[in-house]
Amino acid sequence: MNIPAELKYSRDHEWVKIEGNQATVGITDYAQSQLGDVVFVEVPIADTSVVVGAGFCVVESVKAVSDIYAPVGGEIVKINDALTDTPEIMNEDPYGEGWIAVIKIADQADLDNLLSSEEYEKFITEEGN
Amino acid sequence: MTEAKKTPLYETHLEHGGKIVEFGGWLLPVQYSGILEEHRAVREKAGLFDVSHMGEVLVKGDDALAFLQNLVTNDVSRLTQNKIQYTPMCYKDGGIVDDLLIYKQGEEDYLLVINAANIEKDWQWMQENKGNFQVELTNVSAKTAQLALQGPLAQSILSHLTDTKLEELAYYWFLPNVIVAGKETLISRTGYTGEDGFEIYCQAEDAAELWAAIMAAGKPYGLLPVGLGCRDTLRFEACLPLYGHELSKDISPLEAGIGMFVKLDKGEFNGQAALAQQKKNGVKRKSVGFVITGRGIARAEYPVMAEGRRIGTVTTGTYAPTLEKNIGLALVETEFAKVGQEFAIEIRGKNVAAQVIPKPFYKREGQKV
Repeated sequence: MNIPAELKYSRDHEWVKIEGNQATVGITDYAQSQLGDVVFVEVPIADTSVVVGAGFCVVESVKAVSDIYAPVGGEIVKINDALTDTPEIMNEDPYGEGWIAVIKIADQADLDNLLSSEEYEKFITEEGN
Repeated sequence: MTEAKKTPLYETHLEHGGKIVEFGGWLLPVQYSGILEEHRAVREKAGLFDVSHMGEVLVKGDDALAFLQNLVTNDVSRLTQNKIQYTPMCYKDGGIVDDLLIYKQGEEDYLLVINAANIEKDWQWMQENKGNFQVELTNVSAKTAQLALQGPLAQSILSHLTDTKLEELAYYWFLPNVIVAGKETLISRTGYTGEDGFEIYCQAEDAAELWAAIMAAGKPYGLLPVGLGCRDTLRFEACLPLYGHELSKDISPLEAGIGMFVKLDKGEFNGQAALAQQKKNGVKRKSVGFVITGRGIARAEYPVMAEGRRIGTVTTGTYAPTLEKNIGLALVETEFAKVGQEFAIEIRGKNVAAQVIPKPFYKREGQKV
């Protein structure tokens, strides 16, 4: 399982890349492998606000519909339009081409709840999540 | 809640990386390598399913035929030896108890293959309908395993493991006592994928060796072990109904579009009066196929909307891998059931445009209707 050391992780299996007051977010390698083949993504709407922990994106595999929860709250400043026509990039490159959105972090305190790569690795092995 | 059951191939699935889920009270692989890849393998080459969860009931005795004629809607008297018939089994009100296959093994000897999730309910229903019929029912589900080898290369693969001339076994016929890889089996040319293929019944203790032998013989042909995920997308593209979705106690065979398996003139049977009435008056609802013309994927239970109100319900919906479209089956009011009709599917509170299209969505080349 690929869990890059430089990223932060939520317990809902999203990754967060923090650059200043902005966070690029996506789903983890573990999450995409659990979902299976992604065939549809309802990308978030740019320039809207999102609350930490709220569903802000919907990912559908052949079998299931899954809500993706915002790992940090704030304004969505950029979205990955490529997911609309090529949802499979979420499986192929979850930490790269498959990113979901960039969120302007409203409250830095949200970051305190995120896990390091070691903690996330432990979380998925222990919880069997 | 009773504990989920394991088929004789449970360990085999784990060894080969099957992702296990619970389905109808059974622990089975939803996928191995991925639903899309497995789906493609069955359409283009071949796939091997464990369908040991299916139920099998033997019906024997002087009144076997009379018992079955009362029990199911199709005309069992039309069956000849070694032939198979598909039929709904209805309640008195025309709702569906289950859909099943009937194998005629002899004049007073039939094998019924029923849905896993319905085994207990069906067994109960058969007991209740035994009445004065001279018939002996045996539930052999637990000791029977079933493998489904499906896909255009299925015959080529299986021919390596048996001396039986498979090319002489026609669609919906079966052969008992066939030796496959040294094991005694019953094989039928049937399936639930819309492709050519075989269903192979064997003793539970032989299942793992049989599975291994078929996988080995199929390796040069690109045979993949495949799971329930693609079984659902494959049957869905071929518009084969699934109990609990297109069929239920609240849906009649006429509404579900399987009225050709209801023979109203064959003599008395469960549901006859109700179904005759429905046929005379016309059904109020019909099962239709649709394609999403907007953006989104329809799922079972989503509302179908038109003229500002709800006119039906999606029974199955997903991304169709062979067609590469988001399509679905829905039970809608009859006036909205014509091909070309436009309506909307309510997806997460939003109406997404859809249009009725002909069924089935997929038909293999050279397939007879």
